[in-house]
Amino acid sequence: MLLKYQNIIEKLPYSEPFLFVDQLNHLDENGAEGSYTFKEELDFYRGHFDGNPVTPGVILTECCAQIGLVCIGLYLFSESNILHSDFGLFSSEMEFYLPVYPGETVTVSSKKIYFRFHKLKCEVKMYNAQGKMVCKGTLSGMIKLNRNA
Amino acid sequence: MDKTEKLEKLKDIIRVYLPEDVSPEEITTESTFVGQLNINSAHMVDIVLDVEDAYDIVLENEDLENMRSVDDALRIIENKMGDKE
Repeated sequence: MLLKYQNIIEKLPYSEPFLFVDQLNHLDENGAEGSYTFKEELDFYRGHFDGNPVTPGVILTECCAQIGLVCIGLYLFSESNILHSDFGLFSSEMEFYLPVYPGETVTVSSKKIYFRFHKLKCEVKMYNAQGKMVCKGTLSGMIKLNRNA
Repeated sequence: MDKTEKLEKLKDIIRVYLPEDVSPEEITTESTFVGQLNINSAHMVDIVLDVEDAYDIVLENEDLENMRSVDDALRIIENKMGDKE
């Protein structure tokens, strides 16, 4: 099972400095759970904020989307013969409750609301290492598939 | 539900997803969703899902593909509703 998740992480269409998934704890067609540690050397901390590094909300949203939308999207098609797939974030409605500082590890859990007509919509929640909720919301994206001809 | 009611109900659904530069008055039976009403593919999915709830029907991939104009949508809705009776 762990091997299967590793396979999904390798298929993620991201790399440094924009990969925000370290590990997946769970993944199936209805949801995902994964974690990421925000390394202190990440470049955006130099400017957000001046002299007071805090992880930007858009980056937290991106982390939620990579674990909570794209990983599920990849899973849904892991069995099919797909050459490569394009993902596009379509909507995000997020609420933020706690700051995430450099070096913190967060866990994202995502639950599928629906996947229909190539649109995947999920409810996502992010927790910090203390188990306190950092942010939550609803994300949706479109998945375009390029099948092997 | 007669034809006019069906159309009004559909217009109410579409209205929500119109981009800023298209006014609800522009929706006619001849309007095409993508070309004239400028609705994107993700919002087309929203419209289809709302249509399913509003008319209590289930639509398939091919229904979405065939739904180019408001008139197409009405025809598909009527066929599906007819299937149920």
